[in-house]
Amino acid sequence: MELCNCIEPPWPADELLMKYQYISDFFIALAYFSIPLELIYFVKKSAVFPYRWVLVQFGAFIVLCGATHLINLWTFTMHTRTVAVVMTSAKILTAVVSCATALMLVHIIPDLLSVKTRELFLKNKAAELDREMGLIRTQEETGRHVRMLTHEIRSTLDRHTILKTTLVELGRTLGLEECALWMPTRTGLELHLSYTLRHQNPVGFTVPIQLPVINQVFNTSHAVKISPNSPVARLRPAGKYMPGEVVAVRVPLLHLSNFQIHDWPELSTKRYALMVLMLPSDSARQWHVHELELVEVVADQVAVALSHAAILEESMRARDLLMEQNVALDLARREAETAVRARNDFLAVMNHEMRTPMHAIIALSSLLQETELTPEQRLMVETILKSSNILATLINDVLDLSRLEDGSLQLEIGTFSLHSLFREALNLIKPVASVKKLYVTLSLSPDLPEYAVGDEKRLMQVVLNVVGNAVKFTKEGGISISAFVAKSESLRDPRAPDFFPIPSDNHFYLRVEVKDTGSGVNPQDTPKLFMKFVQSQPLAAKNSSGSGLGLAICKRFVNLMEGHIRIESEGLGRGSTAIFIVKLGIPGRSNESKLSFIHKGPANQVKPNFSGLKVVVVDDNSVGRMVTRGLLVHLGCDVLAIASGDECIRVVTHEHKVVFLDVTMPGTDSFEVAVRIHEKFAKRPDRPIIVALTGNTDRTTRENCLRVGMAGVILKPVSVDKMRSVLSDLLEHGYLVESQ
Amino acid sequence: MEVDQLQRSFLEYSRLLFHEGFLDGQFSQLQLLQDESNPDFVLEVVSLFFEDSERLLNDLTIALDQQNVDFKKLDAHVHQFKGSSSSIGAQRVKNVCIAFRNLCDEQNAEGCLRCLQQVKQEYLLVKTKLEALLRLEQQIVAAGGAIPMLNEFC
Repeated sequence: MELCNCIEPPWPADELLMKYQYISDFFIALAYFSIPLELIYFVKKSAVFPYRWVLVQFGAFIVLCGATHLINLWTFTMHTRTVAVVMTSAKILTAVVSCATALMLVHIIPDLLSVKTRELFLKNKAAELDREMGLIRTQEETGRHVRMLTHEIRSTLDRHTILKTTLVELGRTLGLEECALWMPTRTGLELHLSYTLRHQNPVGFTVPIQLPVINQVFNTSHAVKISPNSPVARLRPAGKYMPGEVVAVRVPLLHLSNFQIHDWPELSTKRYALMVLMLPSDSARQWHVHELELVEVVADQVAVALSHAAILEESMRARDLLMEQNVALDLARREAETAVRARNDFLAVMNHEMRTPMHAIIALSSLLQETELTPEQRLMVETILKSSNILATLINDVLDLSRLEDGSLQLEIGTFSLHSLFREALNLIKPVASVKKLYVTLSLSPDLPEYAVGDEKRLMQVVLNVVGNAVKFTKEGGISISAFVAKSESLRDPRAPDFFPIPSDNHFYLRVEVKDTGSGVNPQDTPKLFMKFVQSQPLAAKNSSGSGLGLAICKRFVNLMEGHIRIESEGLGRGSTAIFIVKLGIPGRSNESKLSFIHKGPANQVKPNFSGLKVVVVDDNSVGRMVTRGLLVHLGCDVLAIASGDECIRVVTHEHKVVFLDVTMPGTDSFEVAVRIHEKFAKRPDRPIIVALTGNTDRTTRENCLRVGMAGVILKPVSVDKMRSVLSDLLEHGYLVESQ
Repeated sequence: MEVDQLQRSFLEYSRLLFHEGFLDGQFSQLQLLQDESNPDFVLEVVSLFFEDSERLLNDLTIALDQQNVDFKKLDAHVHQFKGSSSSIGAQRVKNVCIAFRNLCDEQNAEGCLRCLQQVKQEYLLVKTKLEALLRLEQQIVAAGGAIPMLNEFC
């Protein structure tokens, strides 16, 4: 043998077995070497592998095992000692590493196993989430359905459409077999099947409202599952299938009156409708919570939509009603206007037609009065005249009153003399008063303007009416009339609270008080006096010639003159006072561009100018002489007063225009005086006019006066106005136009 | 205010006089004649009337005192009295004068005597009243007011 530290293999070199072992070892080594390569390759590929250290260990173990097997290949043949040593060391190393790995794996494997469990857990979770996702999606779908449903329901204001739409949409959304609505009847005691989804059922079913199942549903705002056998749910003919679940919900029927402005509507209306929903039979479907919620929401929406529809119906009805009323009112107004116009036309025509014969009667009766009549005839004519005057007044009153009430009466404004208005009223009332032996006094305040601007005719009417009333109701005593300018303190009268006079520069307020000592008026009756057709007492027959319109007309005239009228009395039998205030303009300061002087009364000219007119007065009575002289001086004449006729003849000159000769001077033949005066100025054209003054009215005196060439006769005592008119007559005509 | 009261009293008094027939419309005519140029007209006339009347009454008394009453002269005086009283508006006096004249025509001395008494009475009455009225007028004027007008009446 050579020096080789060779080791003999333990077993004989059986070639076949040896060969197989040799090949197996080779392949094992190959595998062992390739496993770590694969591991490295795949670990490198995967980003996450937490056990690198283990891998290294395992890799080392494998590699060593492979190395061992590889080296084992050399031991099949004769091999040196080195090889044997290497082999041994390799085996030892492998043993160490493998033990270490084994120990390590004890720790590692549970971890690896738990990874698996976690993976399973996560998969389960994922599945669960998937399921939930599905649920949410369904809900969202449902919500969308609700919104769409609501939109459909609320897009119409027609009640029928609302309900029909509700049922249809609900049916569609929830896949219902049947959906029905029961409405309460008018009496409120029954529920009446109003709408169904599928059937054109005979909608005549009614169910009493007091069923327990219905009460149960009505008592809660939630949808309630009810038995398919309850009367409200028995809508389909009982089939052989299992009926699906049924749910019922209340639908509040809100009224207009439930909506307060700032509150939510109260749901204590007690009027509900019932909505019944049936799932398809035999479907094993169940009512889900979200479906129930959908139903509840829809029910509420329907309630609101219905109430809106109701409100709209109401307002449409109200509008129609208003339009009808408007049309009716318009018609009524036009009819009224026509009636008023017809009445005015009628009044105007009747007025004219009535006045014409009245005028004829009055005129002819007056003329008749002037002729020679026997006393009986005179009495008859006077009665005719009086009655016709009353009738004429009545006609005028009625026409005036109706025009006054329309407001179509307008005052005829003009300038007139206040003083003469009152005097004329006085003259008109004098005869009546003297017949009853009543005195009438008139007192005009000195600061009363002589002229005023206003409606003279109507003011006269008022004055006459008031004074006439005073005379009518006075049996003894008399009347006193006083007229003042009302000062601002006395204007605001506490007894006339509605009267607000406003003093101004262009106007003044005339206050007239007419006091009588007559029968008076009960103070409580005083307001009624001014009402139409009211007579305050049952009057003594003959003197009650009034229609009761007089004071009413006065009041309206006074109101038109922006004034106020009232009657005061302390009681029956204590007389009464009529007080009225009217607003009159001041002439010359108001806006009148042309002054229209309407004078009635003695003076036709404004102020006839007698200034400086030389006259002579002859009267033996000193008082009378003084009075006549004063009168003429007041009128502006230059007067020479003589006491005797002879002296007059002596002193009269051609400058004297008028000689007033008293013809009742005893011891003087005034007629001769007149003749002598005429002789004195026989040749001259400007001889004085002689006027007789006398206390007698008999014819002989008159005739004598006129015979001697006197221009006229004046009855003593002479008033200022009379003298004025006499003078103007004389100056204008040269003789007295109407001598008394 | 005092002026107002005075004026009112004046008016009331005047009304009273008219009402009782002492005065008639002629008196108010006299008042009308009183103005700025003639402020005392009424006073003058009334004073003249008083003078005249006293004289006439005297004459009447003397005339009726005679044994043989001269009715013509009586009548003349009464006529005068009637004239002045009617010029001044002393109504009652005037009325008595009218009656007096009728009695004179009848030449009834007894009646005339009675009438004279009546005339005297009436005259005295009207005199007192006129004096009172004139005093009121003076008071009003003194207080600075205007004398209110009392116009016609019946």
